Amino acid sequence: VSLHKPEIKLESLKEDIKDFLKTSGWEKKLQNAVYSELNVFPSPCHPAAPPEHMKEPLAYMRKAQGSWEKRILKSLNSMCTELSIPLAQKRPVSEQKELLNKWNEMGTDEPDLSLFRPVYAPKDFLEVLMNLRNPNYENGEQPSFRNHLGLIQVPLKVKDIPELKENFSELGLNIGQLGIDDSAQVPPEFFENEHVRVGQKVLAEQDSAAAQQYVRQGCPTALRADLWALILNISNQPEDILYYEQLKSNVIQHDLLVDSLIYKDVKLTASNDDYYFVFEDYLYQVLLCFSRDTSVLEHFAYSSATPPKSYIRGKAGMEEYAVFYPPNGVIPFHGFSMYVAPLCFLYHEPSKLYQIFREMYVRFFFRLHSISSHPSGIVSLCLLFETLLQTHLPQLFYHLREIGAQPLRISFKWMVRAFSGYLATDQLLLLWDRILGYNSLEILAVLAAAVFAFRAVNLMEVTSLAAAEAVLADLSTLKVMPLLQIFLFATVT
Amino acid sequence: LRIMAGKVKWVTDIEKSVLINNFEKRGWIQVAENEDWNFYWMSVQTIRNVFSVETGYRLSDDQIVNHFPNHYELTRKDLMVKNIKRYRKELEKEGSPLAEKDENGKYIYLDFVPVTFMLPADYNLFVEEFRKNPSSTWIMKPCGKAQGKGIFLINKLSQIKKWSRDSKTSSFVSQSSKEAYVISLYINNPLLIGGKKFDLRLYVLVSTYRPLRCYMYKLGFCRFCTVKYTPSTSELDNMFVHLTNVAIQKHGDDYNHIHGGKWTVSNLRLYLESTRGKEVTNKLFDEIHWIIVQSLKAVAPVMNNDKHCFECYGYDIIIDDKLKPWLIEVNASPSLTSSTANDRILKYNLINDTLNIAVPNGEIPDCKWNKSPPKEVLGNYEVLYDEEMAQNDGSDRDLRNRSGQSTGVKGIRARDSGKPALTTWK
Repeated sequence: VSLHKPEIKLESLKEDIKDFLKTSGWEKKLQNAVYSELNVFPSPCHPAAPPEHMKEPLAYMRKAQGSWEKRILKSLNSMCTELSIPLAQKRPVSEQKELLNKWNEMGTDEPDLSLFRPVYAPKDFLEVLMNLRNPNYENGEQPSFRNHLGLIQVPLKVKDIPELKENFSELGLNIGQLGIDDSAQVPPEFFENEHVRVGQKVLAEQDSAAAQQYVRQGCPTALRADLWALILNISNQPEDILYYEQLKSNVIQHDLLVDSLIYKDVKLTASNDDYYFVFEDYLYQVLLCFSRDTSVLEHFAYSSATPPKSYIRGKAGMEEYAVFYPPNGVIPFHGFSMYVAPLCFLYHEPSKLYQIFREMYVRFFFRLHSISSHPSGIVSLCLLFETLLQTHLPQLFYHLREIGAQPLRISFKWMVRAFSGYLATDQLLLLWDRILGYNSLEILAVLAAAVFAFRAVNLMEVTSLAAAEAVLADLSTLKVMPLLQIFLFATVT
Repeated sequence: LRIMAGKVKWVTDIEKSVLINNFEKRGWIQVAENEDWNFYWMSVQTIRNVFSVETGYRLSDDQIVNHFPNHYELTRKDLMVKNIKRYRKELEKEGSPLAEKDENGKYIYLDFVPVTFMLPADYNLFVEEFRKNPSSTWIMKPCGKAQGKGIFLINKLSQIKKWSRDSKTSSFVSQSSKEAYVISLYINNPLLIGGKKFDLRLYVLVSTYRPLRCYMYKLGFCRFCTVKYTPSTSELDNMFVHLTNVAIQKHGDDYNHIHGGKWTVSNLRLYLESTRGKEVTNKLFDEIHWIIVQSLKAVAPVMNNDKHCFECYGYDIIIDDKLKPWLIEVNASPSLTSSTANDRILKYNLINDTLNIAVPNGEIPDCKWNKSPPKEVLGNYEVLYDEEMAQNDGSDRDLRNRSGQSTGVKGIRARDSGKPALTTWK
């Protein structure tokens, strides 16, 4: 199909091109690309606002994020010095050959990782968030009934239940859901069959916006991989595959210190996981390439974070010798590989798996480990969780607080990992369907509160933090959609 | 009028906690073998003695054992193949549509065991087949051993010279069961997940062979090889790559004691549905059920359908990269050792559900009962095939419609939802 035909006339060229775009499917692709940009980039701010306002409008948040980054970098640099390992070095040719041969089975490698430690763990990050204060806001030293009783002490706006009900209206009681209405007792004619049919139609039309609306009710397992790719606008073109191969060759040629951090993380988390151990090798193939992907730097335009800078040896402070480290600006923390692991159930082709993960990271996951005021940022999610609990389960909240078991101390790790590694995989995927569908991470906070509500009776009887942790240690039998539905739509407030 | 009997008296010669805990939780009483017992969970060596002609054991109506007397018709590799081949030929003679062959002479519906020969008996037949595909790999398995013992791979005739009857250097090897081997075509295109090879272990309970009544345990699992699969010839000797028996994997460097290299069947299903689609996944699981039932039907005529017996088999199945399942072997004594905590729970529940079906209400058994447990006691078992029920539907042997309609057999779609549905078998 092309316009290179003799019957095309100059007079009608404009119309011909419009028709051509429609029939060739390019109009749809352009629409999807625009829709994708709308989802990812924040709305334009005031023309006079400086660029850091697009990253983060609140000055005190920016400052806190900056301090946190300094701490992480200091930790990384001191590990480097202690172990006398450079941040980056070129691999000798023999090592390059060996790595290339082993590319599909890096899991069998047993490098000595005993001296490496994760740069930080979620609980370190929680301590930082607990100490966030808005200097313009008078907190007072004494907690009173006016104050928030939780760990987060910044006044961000979070939704209450009526607003959440409106926001998540498609999860309502009279609307069919996968994860509820496809269970064994429900005949498929009631909802499931028709939902699958609609999903197939959405895929046939290749419409990103329609897909995003559709997945709010959950993805049929057979359609999920394609629907997510459509929403994230990933099509795995030859140039994308080439780009991935280029990253792979970067991995082969240069060794980075963060590689060891990645190995250690995978060995500590995914390798021991009942669901994800099978995909250990894929995790290396994705994360090692991810560290070297400079296109990830683009997301810092709308993230409160700033990529760490490092200098060529001996040229500290000289801007011409500054590089971002790691090349993608993202330093992995303990549990980072769990962002990738669930995706391995959907995509078995490395370059596609890679692109899906990268897009998920620059749309969603980066917000879970940076300090910002964004409604999907981890600070807002923590505050949303605590507020929901304090408002709707005040007795439980008070009891837990009294025994030294602040609820956020337990739920924080769930939210930072977007529940990966805590829920059964099929349930996790149903949850992530809704993250994509609503283009927001708020559902993580709602689910965390719903879990506490579900186990409230047992939690009321515990008398220590350890006992509370034990009640909430195993989430693998939970069904997320009924929990969410009951909490939002069927709880008497 | 039921006699008020005492507690069930049990014996076992397998000292495994998953068994003993289950007996004790039912309040059963342990006795010695020479005392009056009602329930004997025996090893395969013991069952040989119990039913051997010499000892002339007579079991009474209130005694149950966990093996059929000649289970080896199914569980010895050479006899299983022999029975399946016989079964196929019989169906072919009858003109049954099940025995239909394709243009290459392969059975369309009954080709589920890799090409297998007995050694040394079929040595010449094997050589003929080997020469048709000289680059193929074959797997040698001793007939009487388990847990991957004595298995090795060959890809050259010279590697099995000693089994050649013509070889001047070999002494004629007797056909005693200790020395016999089977040699099967090695499936060198297994389905890989995460680049790793795996096999499926499924548990199947048979309460009677005639009529055939069998149950499939919903919670089977995949056993992954700890080392990356490679078909390269240099790795043929590396048993960690090729064999998935946990007993062997346990000694590899990468063995993990948390998950034990095992995946649930529901994980497998989720993965396959997500990456391959629902239809082909359903078809795969339907085929797996099909081959299990066909294997049982094949041995049913020769099985001693002793009413004192039930048996829980461990089926080993490999899926190739075209999503075709292959029956590798059937174990009469599936391992009751637990390699991980999850494993212990699974095996405990397996024995529990098995006992609930085999020994109704946990009371002193009466072999004359109809062996039809109510649905509520099945636990994690699902009815795989019930010949009596199927015959009452009247269309067991009628296979007019082969394009996907049910043959009247009440089968299962093995979703963990446990929704019983008519299996659509070709």
